[in-house]
Amino acid sequence: MNAANFLQYIASGTAYTLGVTLIALPLGLLIGLVLALVYVYGGKAGSRSMQAYSIVLRGIPPIVLLFILYFVVSGAINLSPFTAGALALGIVSSAYQMEIIRGAILSVDAGQMMAARAVGLSRLEAIRSVVLPQAFRHAIAPWSNEVAIVIKDSSLVYALGVPEVLRRAQLIGASNQNYLLAYGAAATIYFILVWLANKSLVGLEKRLAIPGSH
Amino acid sequence: MDEAILKIRQLRKHYGENLIFHDIDLDVAEGETIVIIGPSGTGKSTLLRCINLLTHADGGEIWLDGQRINAPGVDEDLVRQQIGMVFQNFLLFNHLTALENVKLGLTKVKKMKDAQATQKALSELQRVGLADRAHHYPGQLSGGQQQRVGIARALAMDPRIMLFDEPTSALDPELIGEVLGVMRQLAEEGMTMLCVTHEMGFAREVADKIVFMEKGSIVEQGSPEDLMYRPEHPRTREFLWKITELYGQQQEGAPADGFEAEPAWKPNEDEV
Ligand SMILES: Nc1ncnc2c1ncn2[C@@H]1O[C@H](COP(=O)(O)OP(=O)(O)OP(=O)(O)O)[C@@H](O)[C@H]1O
Ligand SMILES: [Mg+2]
Repeated sequence: MNAANFLQYIASGTAYTLGVTLIALPLGLLIGLVLALVYVYGGKAGSRSMQAYSIVLRGIPPIVLLFILYFVVSGAINLSPFTAGALALGIVSSAYQMEIIRGAILSVDAGQMMAARAVGLSRLEAIRSVVLPQAFRHAIAPWSNEVAIVIKDSSLVYALGVPEVLRRAQLIGASNQNYLLAYGAAATIYFILVWLANKSLVGLEKRLAIPGSH
Repeated sequence: MDEAILKIRQLRKHYGENLIFHDIDLDVAEGETIVIIGPSGTGKSTLLRCINLLTHADGGEIWLDGQRINAPGVDEDLVRQQIGMVFQNFLLFNHLTALENVKLGLTKVKKMKDAQATQKALSELQRVGLADRAHHYPGQLSGGQQQRVGIARALAMDPRIMLFDEPTSALDPELIGEVLGVMRQLAEEGMTMLCVTHEMGFAREVADKIVFMEKGSIVEQGSPEDLMYRPEHPRTREFLWKITELYGQQQEGAPADGFEAEPAWKPNEDEV
């Protein structure tokens, strides 16, 4: 096996890595957003239960949650390791993304909500049209951190046998006895993905920056 | 005059243990401009917030256009549409241009078509002299301009009454005039207005009635001449004296006829 094939074998795992990330991130965002709204606007019961959700999910190593969710979920429905892994990572990420969005919502001046209600907007409409558009802008910077974490954590699904980058590096490294090259290639791929993601989010943040505000 | 547009009876509000105001009776008739003055912490802002249901009174009645609005089962969003509110710190939507600020209520609340809303919003901006700033964001506008957009935003909803909560007190002195100018113009156009402000020049020339509030109740109310030049209550005299010292006499615009005389409310030193 020549070097090109060797590297290509590892690189073709990128599709799985990206696949897991592109399922886990939006899933975590969607759940995180809903939970953040419950946290901030759901009264005492809402914030209490969300606090518990956050503490539990953030207090357990993702790989342990991955196994638990995988075995619990696949006992009920038949899921491929890929799907199960992506869903599990998405749920783990939802706790972190909930905290990010909650912080971003709270960073929007309470007067914005008051002004929106004074115009006659319902609470829901005020959240949708006034609070969230501003909160999302504040969330981009902390969110890019979470994006990097999810890209890197996508490697955990290797433990379920998904042939993503790390899994392939391990396999081909073992068969060729060239672990350094294999893991080095994997590291490079993760690094490039994280770097690209961060770069595009910085671009997004700039593009969405509100003219005239600091 | 006809039945008041806004009628307040025995209104009472507390936050926890603190009684903020009580026994508030107030009528605002169609086309009237009423100015509320009073020391800090007296409950003026809270009163305005109670009127447009941003917070809820604990007792008493608020009637808008013959409808009791602080009662269970009232559609509060619908009530707020009919009451324009202008805030001390403007509170424009930071992520929206001046035009979008004015349009938001039209499209989201009145469900107007986009083109129609744009047209209406532009004409409201025109009304406050800011048509040429339509595409500026709040951060690109001066305080005075922001406040005028705030007024346009409230006007766009075609409210029955406009509430102003110290609309000029966050502004640099040179920007106060442009906002008072817009308010004066609104009053002349026949808008019904309830204004908390300590701009006594504006109060004297534009208000039909001045209400002096202190420690959560209305101490005295009357025409500008009566209240400013012949106040009945010593507390009123004392307060008026204080704000003249505080705000100085550099009110914009010349005093209206008959107001050149020295005010009669210089308090005695020993009078408290
Ligand atoms: N949300 C709130 N919770 C508890 N207390 C409040 C709240 N809002 C206002 N208060 C209290 O109510 C009292 C009246 O406040 P308010 O802002 O209505 O006064 P004000 O007359 O508008 O004063 P200022 O001239 O300083 O604006 C103050 O003592 C204030 O601390
Ligand atoms: Mg106030």
